[in-house]
Order: sequence, then structure tokens, then C-alpha cells
Amino acid sequence: MPKSLFEKVWDAHSVRTLANGQTQLLIGTHLIHEVTSPQAFGMVRDLGLKVAMPHRTFATVDHIVPTDQFAEPYRDELAQAMMNELRKNCAEFGITFFDRASGKQGIVHIVGPEQGITQPGTTIACGDSHTSTHGAFGAIAFGIGTTQIRDVLATQSMALGKLKVRRINVTGHLRPGVYAKDVILHLIRILGVNGGTGFAYEYGGDVFDRFTMEERMTVCNMSIEGGARAGYVNPDETTFAYLKGRPYSPQGASWDAAVTRWKSFASDAGCHYDDVVNINAADIAPTVTWGINPGQAISIRESIPDPTKVTAVDEKASIEEALAYMKLTPGAPIKGTKIDVAFLGSCTNGRLSDFQEVARFIKGRKVAAGVKAIAVPGSQIVAIQCEKLGLDKILAEAGFEWRSAGCSMCLAMNPDKLIGDQLCASSSNRNFKGRQGSTTGRTILMSPLMVAAAAVTGSIADAREVFALNN
Amino acid sequence: MALAKITQIAGRGVYVPGNDIDTDRIIPARFMKCVTFDGLGEFLFYDVRKNADGTDRAHPLNEARFKGATVLLSGANFGCGSSREHAPQAIQKYGFRAVVAENFAEIFFGNCTTLGMPCATASRADIAKIAAAIEKNPQIEVVVDVAQQEIRFGDQSVKAEVRAAARDALVNGRWDAIGELLDGMTAMKAKAQGLPYLAA
Repeated sequence: MPKSLFEKVWDAHSVRTLANGQTQLLIGTHLIHEVTSPQAFGMVRDLGLKVAMPHRTFATVDHIVPTDQFAEPYRDELAQAMMNELRKNCAEFGITFFDRASGKQGIVHIVGPEQGITQPGTTIACGDSHTSTHGAFGAIAFGIGTTQIRDVLATQSMALGKLKVRRINVTGHLRPGVYAKDVILHLIRILGVNGGTGFAYEYGGDVFDRFTMEERMTVCNMSIEGGARAGYVNPDETTFAYLKGRPYSPQGASWDAAVTRWKSFASDAGCHYDDVVNINAADIAPTVTWGINPGQAISIRESIPDPTKVTAVDEKASIEEALAYMKLTPGAPIKGTKIDVAFLGSCTNGRLSDFQEVARFIKGRKVAAGVKAIAVPGSQIVAIQCEKLGLDKILAEAGFEWRSAGCSMCLAMNPDKLIGDQLCASSSNRNFKGRQGSTTGRTILMSPLMVAAAAVTGSIADAREVFALNN
Repeated sequence: MALAKITQIAGRGVYVPGNDIDTDRIIPARFMKCVTFDGLGEFLFYDVRKNADGTDRAHPLNEARFKGATVLLSGANFGCGSSREHAPQAIQKYGFRAVVAENFAEIFFGNCTTLGMPCATASRADIAKIAAAIEKNPQIEVVVDVAQQEIRFGDQSVKAEVRAAARDALVNGRWDAIGELLDGMTAMKAKAQGLPYLAA
């Protein structure tokens, strides 16, 4: 019987059925970071257990690292304490740690792929909801809580109920100035922030066939913002070409065997999907959020919703709550909204191609007066790639501060924070109240090039107009 | 490691209205700079409960009449966003023993269940009924009956749902899976043998 990739990976990793009907699922790759793992190590110690497969556990530090300070101790003592704790835990349990001194540190969801640790047909877990990113490679990747991190540390497995699969086809051609970020913001807008509950999303169609791995990662990354526990793309030649020669990729004779095996995991023609959604690529425009969740989004040419024109009580209330927080005018165009900060980076859009695209168009332009603009590479390797191409200089000449790798202002657990009710044009993934470090700070999510357009004009802008893109 | 069999939670309730209440709102990221979960309870809903100067804002959890509530009620898509277990930990450490909402985000639901804190869903209309009863009499006992899948308050009762796997785990005292997972270690290792990428 034809099967989906999800089913094949699930079956290959199912250990047994537990008493409550859930599956004990083998987790082949466990990624950890400093924020959600310390308590889990504490629990493992308290129970007198060990780490079951230290060689399949990989750590890095990303959430709390200052992007303007390399030397320790960090000015923030709590951040330093978390750093020390992770270092101690990795040493004690024999876990590979991509520390800042290694030159391989970065956001966990960028490090896994660039090291070749993320591979097709595997299961991955990490105490971070954006673990869905790794699905871009045809892996089934779950964000988990700390008690489950304990479970994976101690048993290399976890208890989980099987998900349904929703196939999402995006077909046709994206218009100029429309990016992977717009595709996922559009999907979340259509399917809802909890539309994916109980599902894994399988993304496909010719748009995904042509997408680079970095574009696929951007889409899979935000699956969780649509409520889906996992999101993936079937592995193909693009996947294999990306993985070839990476440090943890199979080498020599075992490479060919691995590719054959990886191919076998792709969804079979005619397999069952619990739901299918079809999207026409030409319908997707540059998309920006206006509210306080990623589903509250509109195209750059639309107006901010007006709650008085909405009849559903619930929707009306959420629009009112969002607009009160965002201090935006109902019915007004979103274009032209003044910004204070521009943030380029995050596990959604902090990879080489993101900075390349911005540099290509921002060269010779200047960030508007009064706008604070920061560019934060997703990993030390991304930083070096950018610097070799001189992208850092182009961005710096335009007025972006070029920082060192980390999560930075996506969630502001480090010193990069909004102040007061500053409004930030952001390439990150969440626009929740207070997300970027100020309890009244405001976030508008968009693609990196739209962030660049907002940065140079000082307000939310249409990148197609600002950079004269043909459309 | 015998775990409590959680068949029902009985206590006073408090209704925190709103949909899509995310885990950043439940526990803002800056309070996650910690290496234990101790003390998280006092930061529950901090930024919507407190002003910048630390004084109270209007919020149900700040009202004296709701102090000591152990059942938290809210709207749709409760607990969306980040996978941080700090969110259910903060709710539990604040003193809650059960959460009732129209529906829950998936990771949050799993995290709560693993802590032995039932997440029960009920219809919007029924949650409104319970909220109205609590508003009228904050002392009213709210019983979240996990086994019977109903919520009783005063002389009323409404239907609730606790998903089968979670209900089984709670009612039978196996909500923390570690024991069972450890029992499956031999099977796990056998399964791993067949997967080339797991070779040491």
C-alpha cells in the first residue's frame, strides 16, 4: 500500500505501543540548547539515569548569547549561568557542544542542517517549537517540552500519538518580490493559527520542487505557527546536493547507500492524505502581519482590518485587542506605517540567501534616519559565508549593525530588545505581545527584503516598489 | 515511581478570557533565564498582570475573590507558540491543577499532561456558563471530572473532553511516561540497530 513519508518515518521509528495507546517513538537525533535543557539534565540526574545516546545528542547555545559580546563572562549573569550549565552538562554526559569557540555555533535549527546532522527519513526532537524547520529535509521533527527532553535524553525515545497528514500543494510561479516567507504567512492566514492541530503538514507542488533548501526551511520553520506539530518536504536531488560533503553527512561508499535509502522515504504516489489543500502561487503577495499572532496578516496592498465591519463576535474582539496593542488605525493602509527598528535574522530567515537577497537590493541605499537596523546571522558559519562575499560591508554601509550569531531580537532573551512601544519590521516568526523584549513592543512579520524596504523608507513599504522589482 | 491517579480535580475556578493566549504571554521569555523551574509561579501572566513599575493591572488573577483558584478557564487555542514547558510549570506552580479551554495548542497540551495537569476542552457556550457561575459566586466548587469527561459546578454540569490517550494516562496514573519508556529500552535498542544513521 502506498505510504506518505510521515508514515514511513513513523513506522521505521516505532518502538512499541504504550498502555495509553501512544507510541514509544525512537528519536534518532536530539538537539539541545541552553534554555530548555538544564532542568531536563537535573531530572535525569535526580532519577539516577544516564544519557542513552550521547553520540546522537548535539548541543549549541543560541537564545541568550549577546550578539555584541564574545568574551565571557557576559554582562548578564543569568545568561552566563545558563551558558555554564550547558557546558557542564555536555562535558559530564559526553555530548558534542557547538560552543562559540568552535566556530560552528548558531541557532540550533541552522546548525543541524549546515553540519549535515539533519537528514531525510530521520526523527529529530528539540526543546524548541521551531524544530519543524528540519522537516525541510524529509525528517519528522518535533518541538518538545523539558520533561520530554528528559525522556529523550534518558531513553532516546518519547511517547507520542500519531499525527494526521495534510498535503499542501503550491503550484505555478511566485511573482517577483514574493518569497518563501510570504508563502508560509499566506498559508497560516488561510488555514489559521490552530488549523494544523493534530496534523503534520506535507508541503509540495512545483513551487516547492524548485525551492532551495533554505526556502524550504523557512516554510517548514513556521509550521508550528499554523498549529501543525511538524512540517516537511519530500527529499529530492536538491536535498541530496545540499547534504553532500557536510561534516556529518555519510561519506564515500556509504553516501550512495544513504541516498538510495533517503529516496525510499519520499511519499509514494497515490498515498493517503487526511486532507489536501491547493494554493495557486500567483495568488500570494508580499505579506505582513498587522496583529498579535502570525495569522493576523494581510498583503502589503491591503488595509488594516476594521472591527466595525466584522460581524463574528469573536473575530471582532480579537481584531480590537490586536489593534489596541499595535496602535494601528482600522481601515488604514498598512503601507506607510512608521517603523523604529528593522531586524534581519532568526531561525526563519537568518541564512546566507536571506542576507544575499537583501544585500543585492540594498547596496547603495541607506537606512532611514531614526531607524535602528540590526542584521544577525543565524550561525557563525552563515556569518563567515556572508563576510567572504562582503555582504556584511554592504549591510553596514547601508546602516545595518552586523552582529554575531544567535536568536537575538526574535525573542529578546539576550540584550537585543525593543524599547517601549517601538515598532519593529522583523524577519522573525512571532508577533506575540511583548515577544521582542518590551512589554509594549510591536512586531510586524515579513520577508527579509520587505524588512530592507521598511528600513530604507522608515515605514512599512512594498519592496517591489522600493527596489523597482518587475511585477 | 507510583504516580497519582488523576480522576478529577475539584476546586475554585478563575476565568481568563481571550483566544490564542500564547506561551510568551503565559510566561514572558525573560523569566526563562533560569536553570530550575522553581519560582516561576509568581511570573505567570506577568506582563498582563503587572505594570512596568510592578503595580497590579486589571486582571482576574489579581482579584482577591479569585485567589486560591485551582481550575483555570480560558478561550480557544490556549498555549499556542513556543514549546516552553516553563508555561505549564508556571501555571502549576501558581497553584492551578487543571486547565479548561475551547481547545489547546498541541505541544502545550502534551506538556501539561506530562505534569499530571489535565487539559479539558469544553464548548464556548459551556465555558461561558461556568465563567458566569464563578462570577456570581467565586466560592463555587468546580469539578473537572477527567474520568467522566464532564465539569460540574453548583447544581449544573456540562460536557467536557479529555483526549483518550491523555485521559487514560491521567486516570491510570501513567501520565509521566518515563517508567514505560525505560521498560522499552531493549526494544528501542533493537529498533536502532536497523537504522544506519544511529550507528556509533
